[in-house]
Amino acid sequence: MEKSINIKLKVWRQDGPKAKGRFETYELKDISIDSSFLEMIDVLNEQLISGGNEPIAFDHDCREGICGMCSMYINGHAHGPDEDITTCQLHMRKFKDGETITIEPWRSAGFPVIKDLIVNRNAFDDIIAAGGYVSVGTGGVPDANAIAIQKEDADEAMDAASCIGCGACVATCKNGSAMLFVSAKVSQLALLPQGKVERARRAKRMVAKMDELGFGNCTNTGACEVECPKGVSITNIARMNREYLMAKFKD
Amino acid sequence: MTKIDAKIPEGDLTQKWTNYKNHQNLVNPSNKRRLDIIVVGTGLAGASAAASLAEMGFKVKSFTIQDSPRRAHSIAAQGGINAAKNYPNDGDSVYRLFYDTIKGGDYRAREANVYRLAEVSNSIIDQCVAQGVPFAREYGGQLDNRSFGGAQVSRTFYARGQTGQQLLLGAYQALMRQVNEKNVELHTRTELVEIVKIEGKARGIITRDLVTGKLERHFGHAVVLATGGYGNTFFLSTNAMGSNASAAWKAYQNGALMANPDYVQIHPTCIPVHGEFQSKLTLMSESLRNDGRIWVPAKKEDAEAIRAGKLKPTAIAEENRDYYLERRYPAFGNLVPRDVASRAAKERCDAGFGVGATGLAVYLDFKDSIGRLGKDTIEARYGNLFQMYEKIVDENPYETPMMIYPAIHYTMGGLWVDYELQTNIPGLFCLGEANFSDHGANRLGASALMQGLADGYFVLPFTIQNYLSDDIRTPRMSTDLPEFEEKENKVKERFEKLLSIKGELSVDHIHKELGHVMWDFVGMARNKEGLEKALKRIVEIKNKFWSNVRIPGNMEGLNSELEKANRLADFLEMGELIARDALNREESCGGHFREEFQTKEGEALRRDDEFAYVSCWEYKGEDKEPILNKEVLKFEYVELKQRNYK
Repeated sequence: MEKSINIKLKVWRQDGPKAKGRFETYELKDISIDSSFLEMIDVLNEQLISGGNEPIAFDHDCREGICGMCSMYINGHAHGPDEDITTCQLHMRKFKDGETITIEPWRSAGFPVIKDLIVNRNAFDDIIAAGGYVSVGTGGVPDANAIAIQKEDADEAMDAASCIGCGACVATCKNGSAMLFVSAKVSQLALLPQGKVERARRAKRMVAKMDELGFGNCTNTGACEVECPKGVSITNIARMNREYLMAKFKD
Repeated sequence: MTKIDAKIPEGDLTQKWTNYKNHQNLVNPSNKRRLDIIVVGTGLAGASAAASLAEMGFKVKSFTIQDSPRRAHSIAAQGGINAAKNYPNDGDSVYRLFYDTIKGGDYRAREANVYRLAEVSNSIIDQCVAQGVPFAREYGGQLDNRSFGGAQVSRTFYARGQTGQQLLLGAYQALMRQVNEKNVELHTRTELVEIVKIEGKARGIITRDLVTGKLERHFGHAVVLATGGYGNTFFLSTNAMGSNASAAWKAYQNGALMANPDYVQIHPTCIPVHGEFQSKLTLMSESLRNDGRIWVPAKKEDAEAIRAGKLKPTAIAEENRDYYLERRYPAFGNLVPRDVASRAAKERCDAGFGVGATGLAVYLDFKDSIGRLGKDTIEARYGNLFQMYEKIVDENPYETPMMIYPAIHYTMGGLWVDYELQTNIPGLFCLGEANFSDHGANRLGASALMQGLADGYFVLPFTIQNYLSDDIRTPRMSTDLPEFEEKENKVKERFEKLLSIKGELSVDHIHKELGHVMWDFVGMARNKEGLEKALKRIVEIKNKFWSNVRIPGNMEGLNSELEKANRLADFLEMGELIARDALNREESCGGHFREEFQTKEGEALRRDDEFAYVSCWEYKGEDKEPILNKEVLKFEYVELKQRNYK
C-alpha cells in the first residue's frame, strides 16, 4: 500500500543573522507519502549529516499543529499548499513525484532570520506584554460561574483565542502587518466581560507596540486569513479597529 | 542513605493545608524585592509560578528553551482540566476528587498532597475564568463539563479540544504582564545545563544560549524546576520534539532524589505508528471516549481480512464487533482509566484481533453517537481533533472509525519533592510533570493541567516563602564565585567531549535504538528477563553514543544536533534508571505492569505489604549503582483495595 516519491528541494540556507543567504538544492529519493513534511526534512538532515554537512536549522516542536513553532514558507505559501494546517501537519501525499519544492523562512521586517529557516518572533511576545491580558493577579477572584457569559460570545472568543502565534499572517501579508495576530487577542478579551474593563487601554497599547516594532499596515487584502492555519477571521481586524477608534475617541 | 522527610503537616486530612498556611513563615513585601527566584520552564506550572511569584513582589528570572513561553508543551493538552466544583450537581466533592485520584493512581501517591490538589482545584477554574480563558459554556451562560476516565461524575472543564492551549495562554499572558512590569526577566531559547549549589543550597544555574551558544551564569536565592516529563526517553511519544529530561537529570546528579521513574503513562488513544521515519506520535484526546466506542472484530478472520485490506470496518455487523471495554468493565465502559484501557488494547492486538496494516490498532467509533446526537454536535465537540486525524491518516473519521493504539504520553515519576514541593536539595523546588508527587502510578485524564496550575498558582507561592524567610538577609551573590566557575567548566568539558567524538551515527539514529529497547522491554508489559536485557542493551547503546555519535558544527552559534546530543546523553541515563526501578518493583500498579504479577483476569496485582513505598533513587556517581531509598506511604484515610472498574 505504501507509496513513495522522489523530490527535489530548493532550501534557503543562511549561516547567521548577518550572513548572506542562498538557495541550496537537494535531491531526496523514496520519500513515503505518509510521512509528514518535517519527517521528510528529518530524512534530508540525516542524509546531510551522514555526508558530513550541516543539517538545515528549522523551528519545530509539538509536531501536532498547536505550539506554533514551525514556520516554513513552502512553494510560496506559509505552511505550504494544504489548508488549515501548520507545516508539521502537512503530509507528503500533497506533493507529486518529481516535484521541486521551494522552502524559505518567514520573510518580514518584524521577523529577522536567525539561521536557515529559523526566524526571531520575539516581537509577538512584546506585543502581548504591552497589553494582551486581563490585569488580574493570582487569587481573590469571584466564582467561575458568578458571571454568566453568552455561549455565542464564549464561542466567538474561543475562535479568536485559537491563534497559535506562528506568524504566518505576517509572513503572508505584503505589508508585513501583524493585525490578524493582534486583533485576535484584542477580540478575544473584548468579547468577554472579564476583559471589557480595560479594553480601551489594551487596544491602544497593543496597537502602539505593534507600530513601534515595525510591522506594516493592513490594507484589507485578506491574505492573512487565507493562510492562517487556525482559520482566524479578519472580522477580528474590523473589531480591533472599532475598539481602537473608540478608545482614541474617548481620549 | 538520605533521610526522607515528606514534611506532611499535622492534623486531619481536610485540615492539613489550612494548618500549613496558618503556621508557615512569610516574607514581607519589602524583603520580597531583595530575593531572586529562578524558574526554569514556562509550561503551565512554570509560567503560573513565575507570574504569581512576580505579582507578589519577588524578582523572577524565567527560562525557556523555546522562542516564546507560549510554546511549552502544555499547549498541546487537549481534553480538559478537572475540578471539584460539582456544577452539574452529580455528586462530586473535594473528597471524591481526592479519592478518585488516589484510586486512579493505584494507591501509590501521598494522601496529603492529593487532598490539597483536590482542595485547590476549584480556585484554578475561578482564576482562569478571571483571566479570560474562553471555557465552553451552556446556553444559560454557565460553564459546561464533561467526563474523563476513572470518574463517574462530570468534572472536566474544557475549551474545545484546546484546553491546554487556552490555560497556557492565560498563564503566559499573566507572565508577560510581569515581564512588562519588569518583575520578570525572561530568557527565551535558553537551556539549563547545570545547577549551582553553594554551601549545600541551590543558588543558581548555568545556561546555554541556544542562538549564540554562549554559556551564562545566573544567581537565584531559590531555583524552581518546571521542566516537564521524560517521555521522550522512548523516542516515540506524544511529547514535543524538544521535551527532555536534562534539567531533572542535572538535579539528580547534584543529589536530588529521583522518585518512581518507572511510572510511565501509556495513553490508549493515539494515532498508530506508520513507519520507521516517524518522528512523534499524536494523541487523540481522552474526551473522545465520552462519545466514541472502542472495538475490534470479534472474529479473527475479519481482523485478518481488514489487515489485508480486503474488508472495511463499516462492513462488519454489530454482532461481530467486540466492544471489549464495555464487555470487561460494564460500570466504567469506555471510560476506564488510561492504564486499564491501554493494556486491554494490547491484549486484543496480541491475541490477533488488531486492525490496521500492522495489526497494532483498534477502532474508536463515533457511528452510534453521530446517530444519537447528529454530526453537528460531534463536530462542535471534537471538530479540531477529527480534522487533525484526517490530516495525518487521510481518512474521514465521521465516516469510518478512527484507528488508535497506545503510546507513551506522560511520566508520573520525577524528582522527589516534599509537601512543600521542595526536593531534598534545600532551595531546589520542582513543579508539574517534572515532580513525582500527585498521580501515583497512573494519572487520571484532565489531572495534569490541574496539577501544573495548582503547583504554580496556589502551592509554591505559599511554600517557597517558608524557605525564603530564612534568606531575607542573604545578599545577591556574585556569579564569579568558584562554585559557578567550576560548574561552567564542567559543562564546557562535556560539550567539548561530545563534539570531539566525530563518529558515524546521527543522534536520532541512536535515540531511535534506545526507543526500541525502551518500548519493547520497558513499555506496556514488563518482566524480569526483559528488564535485565534492557539494562544490558542500554549500556551498549550508551557506549555506542559516547564513541560513535556524529555532531556537526561546533559550540558557537545555533547547533540543533549538539542540543539533541546533550539531551540524548541524559535520556540514556534516564532509560537505565527507569528499567532499574521497574526491575526493583516486583508488583504491578497503574502504568507499571509486571507480567509476573497479575490477577487471573489479567489485571494489575499490587503487593502492598512490600511495595507501598515511593522509590527514591540516589545518585552515587558515574558508572556507580544508585542507592534505593524508600518513602513509605501511609494510608490513613483510604482503604487499599484492588482497583475495580467493573
